[in-house]
Amino acid sequence: MVKKIPVEKKVLSENDRIAGEIRSRLKDLGLLSLNLVSSPGSGKTTLLEKTLEALSDKLKMVLIAGDVQTDNDAARLVKAGGTDVHPIMTRGACHLDANMVNKVLAETSLDGADLLIIENVGNLVCPSSYDLGEDGKVVFVSVTEGDDKPLKYPGMFRRSSLMIVSKLDLLPHCQFDVATVIENARTINNDIEVIQLSSLTGDGMDEWYRWLKQNIQDKKQAAK
Amino acid sequence: MHELAIAESIMDIALKAKVDKHLDSIRAVGVRIGVMTDIVPEALEFGFDIIVKDTALDGCCLKIERIPVRGTCRSCRKFIEVEDFVFICPHCASRDLEITQGQELDIAFIEIDDDEDTPVRGMDSNGEENTG
Repeated sequence: MVKKIPVEKKVLSENDRIAGEIRSRLKDLGLLSLNLVSSPGSGKTTLLEKTLEALSDKLKMVLIAGDVQTDNDAARLVKAGGTDVHPIMTRGACHLDANMVNKVLAETSLDGADLLIIENVGNLVCPSSYDLGEDGKVVFVSVTEGDDKPLKYPGMFRRSSLMIVSKLDLLPHCQFDVATVIENARTINNDIEVIQLSSLTGDGMDEWYRWLKQNIQDKKQAAK
Repeated sequence: MHELAIAESIMDIALKAKVDKHLDSIRAVGVRIGVMTDIVPEALEFGFDIIVKDTALDGCCLKIERIPVRGTCRSCRKFIEVEDFVFICPHCASRDLEITQGQELDIAFIEIDDDEDTPVRGMDSNGEENTG
């Protein structure tokens, strides 16, 4: 005879518990947190470099840069003016989890910070399962990748609040249709916001900065 | 390929249940996996079989139930099943959908041998000891 015993427990309940603690701490602080996700090489770090150069005298930013190996991205962010940059080397793991982020945040003073950005490991599959306590996921698609990316990785696009179409300066050289990528993304997630930009030429960057400032303000307002 | 990490979380929960519920052995762990979770069942089973070797769960297998993406259309109020991640109502073409299923990543049950030689204690829902 075989007997079935009901368990009813979320597989990632431990991750979700820690993510909940992070979210609650950030909520009390009124600190906006974003989880940046994409395939490798779609321009996350470059956008953060430009954002630091443009806004680090106005906004206090805490940055976490996740990579499988090396702390190269973190070094780039420090060079671009980041004063509060924390590398996480996963040494093989294909995603960040809430425990890794929590360990960094436990040793980091968040007083007076305006923005926490977590740059996830470049991967459009695995990071989607792991809540890091963020307010929203920002998913990148560069124009060199293909406008059907949202259809290929629906889970990530479904869970993201904002899609950044990056490397817009390369559009003339690519068979990439911006209207198509937006339509594809909205087939998966009708509520997803979209910003098109080029970190290199600065095209569209003002809209990104406006989006950041608006969301930072909304988060602070909610904490009052 | 995060199935190995997911398999590890399942193993941890099953090992804890084994201790908490005073079980001799666990034959299988039943999991519910929503289609939207980006988890490949075959890879999860493969990873689970490997990591439980030489643990107290050696020989235990996974029983996976795939949960389709389902919900209700907020415009026409009809029940919908989302296929291939096209979140558009098949009845009225609205994109305003309330999704209620398909995100699951849950442990539903564990299976144990239940014969008279291996009494199982502490299983009753009312908390009374059950010897068998």
